[in-house]
Amino acid sequence: MLYREAGQYKTSYAEDQQIFPIRQDRIAVALIVAVALVAVPLLASDYLYTAILIPFLILSLAAIGLNILVGYCGQISLGTGGFMAVGAYAAYNLCLRIEWLPLPIAILLAGLIAALAGILFGIPSLRIKGFYLAVATLAAQFFIDWLFARIGWFTNYTPSGSIVAPQLNVFGWIVDTPMEKYLFTLIVVALFALVAKNLVRGRIGRTWMAIRDMDIAAEIIGIRPLTAKLSAFAVSSFFVGVAGALWGFVHLGSWEPLAFGINRSFQLLFMIIIGGLGSILGCFLGAAFIMIVPLVLNQVPTALGIPLSTASISHMEAMIFGVMIVFFLIVEPHGFARLWSLAKEKLRIWPFPH
Amino acid sequence: MSRFNWYVSAAAAAAMLAGTALPAFAQEQFIPVLSYRSGAYAPNGIPFANGFTDYLKLIQERDGGVNGVKLAFEECETGYATDRGVECYERLKAKGATGASAVSPLSTGITFALTEKVPGDKIPLITMGYGRSESSVGSVFTWNFPILGTYWSAADILLQHIAQISGGTAKLKGKKIALVYHDSPYGKEPIPVLEDRAKSWGYKFQAIPVTHPGVEQKSAWLQIRQSRPDFVFLWGWGVMNSTSVKEAAAVNYPRDKMYGVWWSGAEPDVTPAGDGAKGYNALALHPPGSDFVVHREVFKHVYDKGKGSAKKEEVGEVLYNRGLINAMLTVEGIRTAMAKHGNKPMTGEQVRWGLENLDLTPAKIAALGFEGLVPAVKLSCADHEGVARAYIQQWDGKKWVKKSDWIAADQSYLRPMMEAAAKKYGQGKNIQPRDCGKQS
Repeated sequence: MLYREAGQYKTSYAEDQQIFPIRQDRIAVALIVAVALVAVPLLASDYLYTAILIPFLILSLAAIGLNILVGYCGQISLGTGGFMAVGAYAAYNLCLRIEWLPLPIAILLAGLIAALAGILFGIPSLRIKGFYLAVATLAAQFFIDWLFARIGWFTNYTPSGSIVAPQLNVFGWIVDTPMEKYLFTLIVVALFALVAKNLVRGRIGRTWMAIRDMDIAAEIIGIRPLTAKLSAFAVSSFFVGVAGALWGFVHLGSWEPLAFGINRSFQLLFMIIIGGLGSILGCFLGAAFIMIVPLVLNQVPTALGIPLSTASISHMEAMIFGVMIVFFLIVEPHGFARLWSLAKEKLRIWPFPH
Repeated sequence: MSRFNWYVSAAAAAAMLAGTALPAFAQEQFIPVLSYRSGAYAPNGIPFANGFTDYLKLIQERDGGVNGVKLAFEECETGYATDRGVECYERLKAKGATGASAVSPLSTGITFALTEKVPGDKIPLITMGYGRSESSVGSVFTWNFPILGTYWSAADILLQHIAQISGGTAKLKGKKIALVYHDSPYGKEPIPVLEDRAKSWGYKFQAIPVTHPGVEQKSAWLQIRQSRPDFVFLWGWGVMNSTSVKEAAAVNYPRDKMYGVWWSGAEPDVTPAGDGAKGYNALALHPPGSDFVVHREVFKHVYDKGKGSAKKEEVGEVLYNRGLINAMLTVEGIRTAMAKHGNKPMTGEQVRWGLENLDLTPAKIAALGFEGLVPAVKLSCADHEGVARAYIQQWDGKKWVKKSDWIAADQSYLRPMMEAAAKKYGQGKNIQPRDCGKQS
């Protein structure tokens, strides 16, 4: 009833091609942004910011980056954690060695450096596909792990290999309380999500999708696999690198290579598989599911006052979470984003389905 | 039952449960317990957590809290993972009447992450025998308390011991020392001291990393077999320790040339290797055993009432005792703070003052029941470590046997290194070191 587009006429191409063609969607998105920008800062606690919202937003951004590569261009990557590490360590070294460099510029430059690393490790994708490419990107993950753990220069020769992010100074705005960190992350992630959405529905995104759907056919209609694949690697790694820099600077504050290990790569891959390959919304849904559900499961027994040892709680958390992943993948192999679009289609014709 | 009724009763039940769960933290001193009872590090995490919580229970049952202020505590499972540890810290930091009193993460990785967070939250971070070595410089690391020893102290004590048994530091010239370490900040911590001493004492130093969680060490021990070092230092944790001892037996490296840090010298580290562990040495921060006064009290007031966290025979294991000591230091920090601020729940800031002014004289330690377990400790604004000493213990196949006297770390050597490292950290973070002369 409420969710109906009858009467919303498009009188220009621009209107027809906008990101959210349905008015209700635009209102909903505006509401979400307003809630995130105004209501959350008024209500949220430190715990909500530092343990849930900030990591959720940053991982969503990394998932968007990975989704561009895997979901839109069809190139599997297991090196996401490594590219996040490149972003984080690059931002650290830029801030350390070029003191006058403003932080946002350093983060963007770190993203560019990660993009270069992505292009480098994306070159094998021109010759190999599928599982073989996954193995090649896995090599990137291990190489980058090794690089930052063993080469002292990258960590400024700190004895333990753990490095500390400098103060966050965004053009004079000292970001140090959890709320400020949240707002900073939110702004960055929202801007990048908008950029990603526009990239994937434009010419570049269409070349990626053509390569994904059938690379030979794409080549025949005049898409150069070299530029399409490498640009996907570059853009993807850029997003992932920025997320890595945020993860180190805003979320952790101090980190070691383990923070960007192979588990991080798998976690991000699970996020986009559960959330939905080839969907920007799916990245947020997947990140929320993979990151927040275990924390909730972990706290439910205590909140309900059920006396269980922390060990049994954490075992149960792993079991229930595993069952949930299997359940959702069976119910909808295309992820939460697909579930959402099905729900939307049903809503549009409710209460009179065909 | 109709579906509607079922919903209603379920909702009612949930509401009831939620009601009972409302925290009764009226005037209680809250202590967060970051523990790990699952995962690859659980064999070591469990006894420590049991000792820690048992001591808090003892204070509760025997004394009714600290100076009449009841203690409250909650465990949170970190799995030794940094991100979950930070989440646990955030979850627990604001609980209780005055927030968390002090946090002991039992993980160097989590310590590094929390070091950045505790100054903002004003919660002291107790890292007893682990953590950042330079954090013993209290003028820069206001909120860190690596009481009773750091990894730099541990490395120095081990070197002193092997110099002693080799017949002086001059005899170490040309010898080979290998460090098999957990590839994390924890394992990397001792490297600067070992490298620096290698320069002046003339031994050859070889660092061999083992990746988390440390169950795959074949290549590390192959390296050992090839280079045949004179001594192997082990900086492992969890299943990595027992795997190392097993692998040493497999490549036939003499176990009595192996020296573990005090985190590689507990029962779960050697018992899985069976007879292969015989002769393996490790540092001991404190003796094992359950015949100290505090254990009698724990048995009487906690276990006889059926409230113990561990099995009775596990009381007195190495890491159990370490948990007891860690909890005792936390409680005494609170008690010292109360002496200044009155008998009410202390804030983290007040507990920090209490820890910094902690002065455990031998008489006080005896009164607490820790005689023989803990040396006299006195902390100050400049020195957050207090005392750094250990002895060498050897596994005889059944129990740990004391093999050396207490060895104190050489502060005249370590202190300048720590101060230089702390200064570097402070400059990077724009921290103005406190003037310790002016502190009360």
